[in-house]
Amino acid sequence: MTAMQPVEQRDEVEMLSLMLLIRRFEERASQQYQAQKIGGFCHLYIGQEAVVAGAVAAVRDDDYIITAYRDHAHALARGTSANACMAELFGKETGCSRGLGGSMHFFDKQHHMYGGHAIVAAHVPLAVGLAFAIKYRGEDRVTLCFFGDGAINQGAFHEALNLAALYKLPVVFICENNLFAMGTSVKRSTSLKQIVDRAEGYDIPGEIVDGMNFREVRDKIAEVVDSIRKEPHPAFLEARTYRYRGHSMSDPASYRTKEELEKYRLDDPITRLRAQLTREGKLTNEQFDRLDKQAKETVMAAVKFAENSPEPPLDKLYDYTYADGAVEPGVPAAPERPEGGPRATPKQPADRAAATEDRR
Amino acid sequence: MREITYRQALNEALAEELERDPNVFLMGEEVAEYQGAYKVSHGLLERFGPRRIIDTPISENGFAGLGVGAAMVGLRPIIEFMTFSFSLVAFDQVVNNAPNMYTMSGGQFNIPIVFRGPNGPAHQLGATHSHATENFYASVPGLKVCAPATPRDAKGLLKTAVRDNNPVLVLEAELLYSSKGMVEPPDEELLIPLGKAEVKREGSDVSVICYSQTVPLALKVAAQLEDEDISAEVVDLRSIKPLDEKAIFDSVAKTHRVVVVEQDHPFCGVGAEVCYRIQKNIFDQLDAPIMRVSQEDVPMPYNERLEHAVLPNAEKLLTAVKQVCYA
Repeated sequence: MTAMQPVEQRDEVEMLSLMLLIRRFEERASQQYQAQKIGGFCHLYIGQEAVVAGAVAAVRDDDYIITAYRDHAHALARGTSANACMAELFGKETGCSRGLGGSMHFFDKQHHMYGGHAIVAAHVPLAVGLAFAIKYRGEDRVTLCFFGDGAINQGAFHEALNLAALYKLPVVFICENNLFAMGTSVKRSTSLKQIVDRAEGYDIPGEIVDGMNFREVRDKIAEVVDSIRKEPHPAFLEARTYRYRGHSMSDPASYRTKEELEKYRLDDPITRLRAQLTREGKLTNEQFDRLDKQAKETVMAAVKFAENSPEPPLDKLYDYTYADGAVEPGVPAAPERPEGGPRATPKQPADRAAATEDRR
Repeated sequence: MREITYRQALNEALAEELERDPNVFLMGEEVAEYQGAYKVSHGLLERFGPRRIIDTPISENGFAGLGVGAAMVGLRPIIEFMTFSFSLVAFDQVVNNAPNMYTMSGGQFNIPIVFRGPNGPAHQLGATHSHATENFYASVPGLKVCAPATPRDAKGLLKTAVRDNNPVLVLEAELLYSSKGMVEPPDEELLIPLGKAEVKREGSDVSVICYSQTVPLALKVAAQLEDEDISAEVVDLRSIKPLDEKAIFDSVAKTHRVVVVEQDHPFCGVGAEVCYRIQKNIFDQLDAPIMRVSQEDVPMPYNERLEHAVLPNAEKLLTAVKQVCYA
């Protein structure tokens, strides 16, 4: 992928290899998590690859992308290296957020990846702010805002949609509907028959796409983005998808049946794009195997890179709190107690200055 | 120097910064067509247009978050809360998104945003509209908090806040908007650094440490104390975070007696932090235990007599000063 490539020229084989990279990255992250190399929470994107791959295939590299906490794939899709992503999971200084963000807080300014946000729906107003800045500056960029089906019942989501519609801002709200907000199915969380109807409440055009179908996602987003570039406005897409793993690493996903999972696995987005390309004579089995091998090697190399990378240094602890350096670098270390304790300290005014100097 | 109101001073600060930097915009409820709920943004819509002076729906979480997002890509939003009591609806944006972004992104995204508006109790607004939020926000790493008491400080601190590369809360006060004070003429650049206190009145017997609405209170009480031969030094913190330790310590080293008069609640209030730092660093300078005067630890009652009893007031401050002076 190179910058500013028009949509039709984004190579589908390359996008397939991106989807493979995401899948193999997440599988390896899962293994490293179990080996306790990765801490905290870790939410995997396996099964949903076609959504982010289709989305990035439809936009320019200088468009803005922002997402929730299931964010590894979005960084990889934007062009953040597997090394920087894995190192972030390992909490290393070479990570895409210097090891200070972790799994849920991937950022990459250079690639216009604006996070990585872990409070459900709290980033949707931020996406509207990114879109506001685009319009304020008269640019023709677009913001893609990803979130899960769990976000659509938060107040922040509703406020953000209203503002985007009111100010006619260039943002595509992409709901990655994987049917479950943690363990709560959409049926048990949402009063609507279909999520896309939320958009109608704000007079935002909305559509449903098959989130397991790379081409459908790409073509729909390309169409919407094309219209936004001509005349800024928000749009809403409900991408119906499925995550094969639990909500996070600690979730065995016992709230759904094996049969349901199997049904979606048969509809796997990678298998589907592979079959389409093979049928059209654009991909051989050997090529596919080579791409998959490459993806696995890239990820293995990333694990090695992460393992060998340094920890963030302790003496930089205060360097990333304020943009212009530490303002409140903690309370100063306890001054030494004078012999005999404070009560023995002379109270005469003349001696006070000296006593204070000792203590500072 | 000429005399203007606190409201005019803030209005000048906004206009000057909007004029200086095209990335600055003002957003909030009623800031544009209504000319500001407290008229702080009076005339700005006409002068700068609807692209930069933007009315919002009643949607604090939404527009505070919009500001944070716009700041991620280099705009410098000024977000007005009609009162900081309403900032609680946007607490997640002010506490979770604005100050955490710089750390979480490993230093890639700083958030140059100002959240401003009246803070603290006004007059008979009841419990929901009387919050003094300075101690909540000052406890959050990544935020800076200032609370100017005079027109000059209001103008100079707001202008500095707009130019700061971090989220800064400028806590104004409804009851101060119409107060007057001397301020440099408009053609003279007035910037007051964050983290610098100012001695508003020199004294030698007791340091009264105050900020925002408690500054006029402290000055009034200091004048009364003159009759009783007690010379009170009034130290206006101006910024809560960063806190000007040096100014506090210098004053205490001179007077050896301290009363902190704050407009927030006593539990984990600003005064608690000030007291801790004094006793830890210059314990030997104290001739008496430090006293604090704050709001009473109850939600604000509507009833006027009870409200007066809850607020820090002259009687309470006089009593506290006399207590530390053993007078």
